[in-house]
Amino acid sequence: MTTEPILSRNFDRPAARTLAGYRETGGYGAWARAQEMEPAAILEAVKASNLRGLGGAGFPTGMKWSFIPKGHAGPVYLVVNADEGEPGTFKDRYLLERDPHALIEGMLIAARAIRSALGFVYIRGEYVQPWRVFDAAVREAYDAGLLGRGLDVIVHRGAGAYICGEETGLISSLEGKKGWPKVKPPFPAIKGAFGQPTIVNNVETLCCVPHIVARGAAWFAGLGTKTQGGTRMYSVSGRVRRPGVYETSVSITLRQLIELAGGVAGTGRLKAVVPGGGSAPILTADEIDVTMDVDGLKAAGSMIGSAGVVVMDESVSIPEALLVLARFYAHESCGQCTPCRESTGWIYRMVHRIVDGHGRKEDLDTILDVARRGAGTTICAFYDGAVGPYISYIEKFRAEFEALIPK
Amino acid sequence: MPKLIIDDREIEVEAGTNLIEAARRLGIEIPHYCYHPALSIAGQCRLCMVDIEKTPRPTIACNTLAADGMVVRTDTERVRETRRSIMEFHLINHPLDCPVCDQAGECWLQIYYMKHGLYDPRMVDEKVHKPKAVPLGPHVILDAERCILCSRCVRFCDEITDTGELGIFNRGDHSELALFPGRDLTNNYSGNVVDICPVGALTDRDFRFQVRVWYLDTARSVCPGCARGCNIDVHVNRRRPHHAEGRRVARLKPRFNPDVNAWWMCDVGRYDQHGVVDSPGRLPVPLGRAGAAQVEVGWEEAVAAVADALRAHGPEAVAVLASPHMANEDLMALRVVLERAGVRQVAFRVPPAAPADGDDFLLRADRTPNVRGAELIGLDGDAAAILAAARAGRLRALWVFDHDLTTAGWPAAEVAEALGRVETLIYAGAVASATSARARWVLPTATWVEREGTLTNFEGRVQRFRTALEPLGRSLPAWELLGRVLAALGGTPPGPRAEHWFRALASAVPAFAGMTYRTVGDGGQMVAGAVPGGAPVPPGRRAVVGAAG
Repeated sequence: MTTEPILSRNFDRPAARTLAGYRETGGYGAWARAQEMEPAAILEAVKASNLRGLGGAGFPTGMKWSFIPKGHAGPVYLVVNADEGEPGTFKDRYLLERDPHALIEGMLIAARAIRSALGFVYIRGEYVQPWRVFDAAVREAYDAGLLGRGLDVIVHRGAGAYICGEETGLISSLEGKKGWPKVKPPFPAIKGAFGQPTIVNNVETLCCVPHIVARGAAWFAGLGTKTQGGTRMYSVSGRVRRPGVYETSVSITLRQLIELAGGVAGTGRLKAVVPGGGSAPILTADEIDVTMDVDGLKAAGSMIGSAGVVVMDESVSIPEALLVLARFYAHESCGQCTPCRESTGWIYRMVHRIVDGHGRKEDLDTILDVARRGAGTTICAFYDGAVGPYISYIEKFRAEFEALIPK
Repeated sequence: MPKLIIDDREIEVEAGTNLIEAARRLGIEIPHYCYHPALSIAGQCRLCMVDIEKTPRPTIACNTLAADGMVVRTDTERVRETRRSIMEFHLINHPLDCPVCDQAGECWLQIYYMKHGLYDPRMVDEKVHKPKAVPLGPHVILDAERCILCSRCVRFCDEITDTGELGIFNRGDHSELALFPGRDLTNNYSGNVVDICPVGALTDRDFRFQVRVWYLDTARSVCPGCARGCNIDVHVNRRRPHHAEGRRVARLKPRFNPDVNAWWMCDVGRYDQHGVVDSPGRLPVPLGRAGAAQVEVGWEEAVAAVADALRAHGPEAVAVLASPHMANEDLMALRVVLERAGVRQVAFRVPPAAPADGDDFLLRADRTPNVRGAELIGLDGDAAAILAAARAGRLRALWVFDHDLTTAGWPAAEVAEALGRVETLIYAGAVASATSARARWVLPTATWVEREGTLTNFEGRVQRFRTALEPLGRSLPAWELLGRVLAALGGTPPGPRAEHWFRALASAVPAFAGMTYRTVGDGGQMVAGAVPGGAPVPPGRRAVVGAAG
């Protein structure tokens, strides 16, 4: 399945990274059109387009925007989540590096829709090159008068914490505090950054907005499934022949996507796939005939998350793969909520012991029980994200774990 | 006002009340660690889960406001199971060193484990290790392994004192409470972090390893350290006299009073006030002078001699320096004694050598507890004139309460001259001093924890303090020895208890009219005409910078 490239249309045109080059491809045309539109009309278009958040949660973008309190007298902030940190995900990096003005244009339109005069772009600390490219584009946009006349943009670099990609953790960090997610309610749209209504959107999500305005909500909605419009950028990595970012319709199946990336590398025989970033429950080789949209993967017991697809061939040890993730979650848990802080470390130690050959018979059930007990008890979704792999790796590949446990 | 149902019982609460407080009103305890009514909602410990009708899973009660028609259950199987899980998570890395932990006996990990935990431990891996016995400041010491990272202390330093010494550093199960680099926990409210710490992570350096909390007895009291009169509990050790090197007062803890000190007390009050009780300088017995030496005498002899001194010399030759450390009952008894003896020269304002400063919260510059009471009872004479009269040789008898005149803010030579010219110097107080050493008669008084009484704070709030200990040796409450002097002068004390003197005060001084110990109660009562100002707003709440919670 191939689709007309939309988000990635400029990836092969280095010139598009400059303002002039971007304009040559029709860039900022949508912004010109949006300026003729009432904010409410932009919001309606985004709602009708079925655009869903592409950072991980898949929340309908138009609905999110509509939560800004009507008649709020103070400032409203637009925050771009460019803290791309989900294991196996690197599509926002491509957008920032290869089409930076698309994000600025998306921000201009979104800011108009939510009546925001100040936008923050929170870029992952390790993303040095994306920051350089995007920051240069922001300066160009200021020089050209696109920014600074109704919308100011502050580019903020993170310091390297996964949790700062959680929208309220990001807000805490932006405010100069430790990047701890905030208790909800209040939700950011009511009381977000610096106590003001705030919309946090992912880079890719905002990059869709100019196309919705330029070509119409119906066209955008028609690109996807009934419940999710548009295309999506899949980061495909692991044992595939041509790893990379692939933009296709969200109605593509996982099997087709792996084919698109050149098929399974290594042994050539598929063992398992992580379909939506590290936090997505793993799928076995028999479970890859699912559509890669929010609802398709939900029905398959996993999640599309950030659309980071990690392919594992038969040579991959699932216990070792879980160890990598368990170490990641233990390291990245912000430590705020007791269940997450304590069980991510505990489970890591148990998995580590099993992989080291010192597992005990009861360990696997203890991990499953501990994971289930903590699920749904925390401030943010971090721990629920960790629970997905803990449970699915062990349940679907239990024999592999048991083989490591001394009799 | 929202009306809701908690565990089948209906209750109406003010809008803005969270479910922990709403349940508390019904006598239902929702277990929690990070929630504290004086601090912002952190929602971190995850223990206060309750089931709310139409909510898919248990919800934290601290961050849920009572809403009309809400149906809450705190006792479902799911809630109990969640609590058990959360308790297990809290304890897997806890050192379980209760036998050597000062918090044992008042630790919320112990209490909640017994109430809500009781699971079979299954953590076999090495626990996370963190710094232990780290002094944070002059009063507080940290065991980071015991810390459950509830962040109450961090929020206290941010939101109450506005000093921000503490933070939680690192991530995951390596998260660690610590001081910010270059900082020490030296704010004047540091002891409060020990009170609000639900576990043994933060303990008092002066209480550490002294006595087990289950040997302590408690009396409701009032801090005598300044004119605010913070409400406190006095914790005393009467059951293990061989512990704590024989010190009977183990510690002072603030007691909630929304109109005076809220939940807090300052370190000056907490750590500097009770030393006097067990001080080696305490005066345990009445003394009389035999030549150069002071020797023990009986109360009868001392009281008779004091009565004689008041009577013998005539009003112009007798003066009294009362003290604002004396309780209302003492001051009333003194007033009656002076009326009986016809003595009119009385004052209480002896200047301190160095005037103290107040701070920006509870501590007042006036470091005495009862100036207002002494004023209202009518003892506010001219102390400097009494000093001058003594120097001029016009005084034959001078009765000094509590003050050490040799360290007061008067020139030492003038004090020496005055004391040298007074024929009969009488001293009443708890602790020996250069002044008591020069006295003809020394009358030992009981300290404030060894008796009961009332104090009138700077706003005019009359507050009770209760007896926590027996008076040391043969010392007596000042009101009682004054009653004995009154009897020796032919008068009749109003009764055998402090309360009788309070009643006498209420009928004699209009500001106290109608008051009884009952009406004063535990929260205090304003004297007539005084307007309560309420507990001061904490420094950290005055300017709200960055309203984001």
